Amino acid sequence: MADTAMLRKPSDVTDDVLLNLYTEMVRLRVFDRRCVRLQRAGRIGTYPPLEGQEACQVASTLALRRQDFVVPTYRDYGAMMVHGVPMEHILMYWNGRAEGCEIPDDVNVFPIAVPIATQLPHAAGLAWAAKLRGIDQVALGFFGDGASSEGDFHEALNFAGVFQIPVIFFCENNQYAISVPFRRQTATQTIAEKAAAYGVRGVRVNGQDALEVYRAVRSAVEQAAAGGGPTLIEALTYRYGAHTTSDDPSKYRDPSEADAWRERDPIVQLRQSLVSWGLWDDEAETELLERLESEVTAAVARMEALGPPNPDHLFDCVYAELSPHLERQRRALRAELKDWEGTDQ
Amino acid sequence: MAVKQYIEAIRDALFEEMRRDERVFVLGEDVGVRGGVFRVTDGLYAEFGEYRALDFPLTESAIVGVAIGAAAAGMVPIAEIQFADFIMPAVNQIISEAAKFHYRSNGDWNCPIVIRAPYGGGIHGALYHSQSVEALFTHVPGLKIVTPATPYDAKGLLKAAIRDPDPVLFFEHKKLYRSIKAEVPEGDYTVPIGRAAVVREGTDLTVISYGYTLHLALEAAGELAKQGFEAEVLDLRTLRPLDESAILAAARKTGKVLIVHEDNKVCGVGAEVSAMIAEHALFDLDAPIRRLAGPEVPAMPFSPTLEKAYMLTAQKVYDAMLELARF
Repeated sequence: MADTAMLRKPSDVTDDVLLNLYTEMVRLRVFDRRCVRLQRAGRIGTYPPLEGQEACQVASTLALRRQDFVVPTYRDYGAMMVHGVPMEHILMYWNGRAEGCEIPDDVNVFPIAVPIATQLPHAAGLAWAAKLRGIDQVALGFFGDGASSEGDFHEALNFAGVFQIPVIFFCENNQYAISVPFRRQTATQTIAEKAAAYGVRGVRVNGQDALEVYRAVRSAVEQAAAGGGPTLIEALTYRYGAHTTSDDPSKYRDPSEADAWRERDPIVQLRQSLVSWGLWDDEAETELLERLESEVTAAVARMEALGPPNPDHLFDCVYAELSPHLERQRRALRAELKDWEGTDQ
Repeated sequence: MAVKQYIEAIRDALFEEMRRDERVFVLGEDVGVRGGVFRVTDGLYAEFGEYRALDFPLTESAIVGVAIGAAAAGMVPIAEIQFADFIMPAVNQIISEAAKFHYRSNGDWNCPIVIRAPYGGGIHGALYHSQSVEALFTHVPGLKIVTPATPYDAKGLLKAAIRDPDPVLFFEHKKLYRSIKAEVPEGDYTVPIGRAAVVREGTDLTVISYGYTLHLALEAAGELAKQGFEAEVLDLRTLRPLDESAILAAARKTGKVLIVHEDNKVCGVGAEVSAMIAEHALFDLDAPIRRLAGPEVPAMPFSPTLEKAYMLTAQKVYDAMLELARF
């Protein structure tokens, strides 16, 4: 693919960024593999692996500024961590803990969207607010190839085009919406070309190439911040694993397909380049992996040290204030749980 | 106090809130230059400009979705759905997102949006400009549903909705826009969401209603008084959360309850009100709970004859009240 180009060290990206891209991608992979094992061991709930999509999530987010917004789907917890959400929050989220849904105040990450494409109008709304308030803030909304078939994709891009707001729509085209392949989502050759229908810039990049993704998003951020309006970026990638831990991809794809994509693995490719540029070696790799394994282990320990969930969470956040009706239901649940405590279960 | 139309009271609330708080803005189809198809937002564009009276593409899901995103960024959006009938493309944003935003962020985020939508029939609007859709949303925890029947409540409830941290659906009965005038105080006041109001006192039977049909109930109650029966009339004003104590008190007071709404009966708001009374006040009743509601047909017909047959009238409400009073 871009092997020869990768041999030349880029002059437009600092060594710090190059190393950050790499270490964050490895961090996500270590985290992701651990999560799949945790799910298999019953220590977290159903989990949607991201392995294969690390360059998309890391490079796009590292190209943002701290004030910019990440608007994620359920598979973009990697991007969330890169933008500042603590790892244990992500673990708590996938363990069904309400506390895991919380985003630290100084981190500009939106809550995870599970219905498909609903987050894209939200990203547009964040960008609209930035325009109204005259502040320099770009919103980046993630979505998958399947989401491009939803009405909200169309509605968000259309609005963004009309008002030229500072938003980036970032498609991780991982080739499948659960089992349905890309060619069944659309008759167009690309997602990127759909941008033209909305008066929005459309860009297609190799989502396995962290530098290409980084440059595309950096350029989109610069244009948006300068009043140049939205960009749709389609990054071609692949999820090596299942849609979620409840899915079995062997039912709908040939394993050789994943093997072929692994030959263009974003982490392996960048590591080769970093080594060739003298920025990385085996020693650094060993040290990194050790550091990340202990980071994940410590985060898992914090998640598991939480103790049992607070049953009040069932009612606490329906409205900003607890209504009398909900308060009554909460009281009833508390009484019911108290009765349980005295019985053998 | 000035006498205002229902529509003027709503417009006053919008002006006053937009002047009070520059984060408040209106978005929807034709709400800017045109001032809304009913002229509710007339004048906002001239005073607040194109961004705060935002003419939006014809795209209801994004109207609500963009409002959610903007609210998360600290704005206070008032989304107008041009007719409640056309709220359906936005249902995913309303039910999957707005209603659950606070809940699924464990209280970390709020969704302080207002969605205004004219609903109801009797204005020859035909199938797609006449529907009552409030019961669909009243089922959904996380939403607040408001249906004012008077100019005073329309202004006070809209201000309360705009200042509320939760998503509020504000349904305006379009037949009331210009047919109802009443005194409205100048300046700032709010009407609390979640409180019903006794709008007529009586001891013989209780009528519970909201929106346009509340006025039919009041008219019928005036007639019924001539027969010697005094009706207590309760205006629900808010459909979620329902004002349980006011409903039970009104039911217990007379022991006879008639619930009236334009929306069809099955799983309508009357079903919930009726069940609430049955659960908590059955032994205070002297007659079966009665419901008078729209027919079980999918929409309001275009034919004036059929529209008339669909709509409740003061006579129909009177007949139902008299029957119950004599029970």
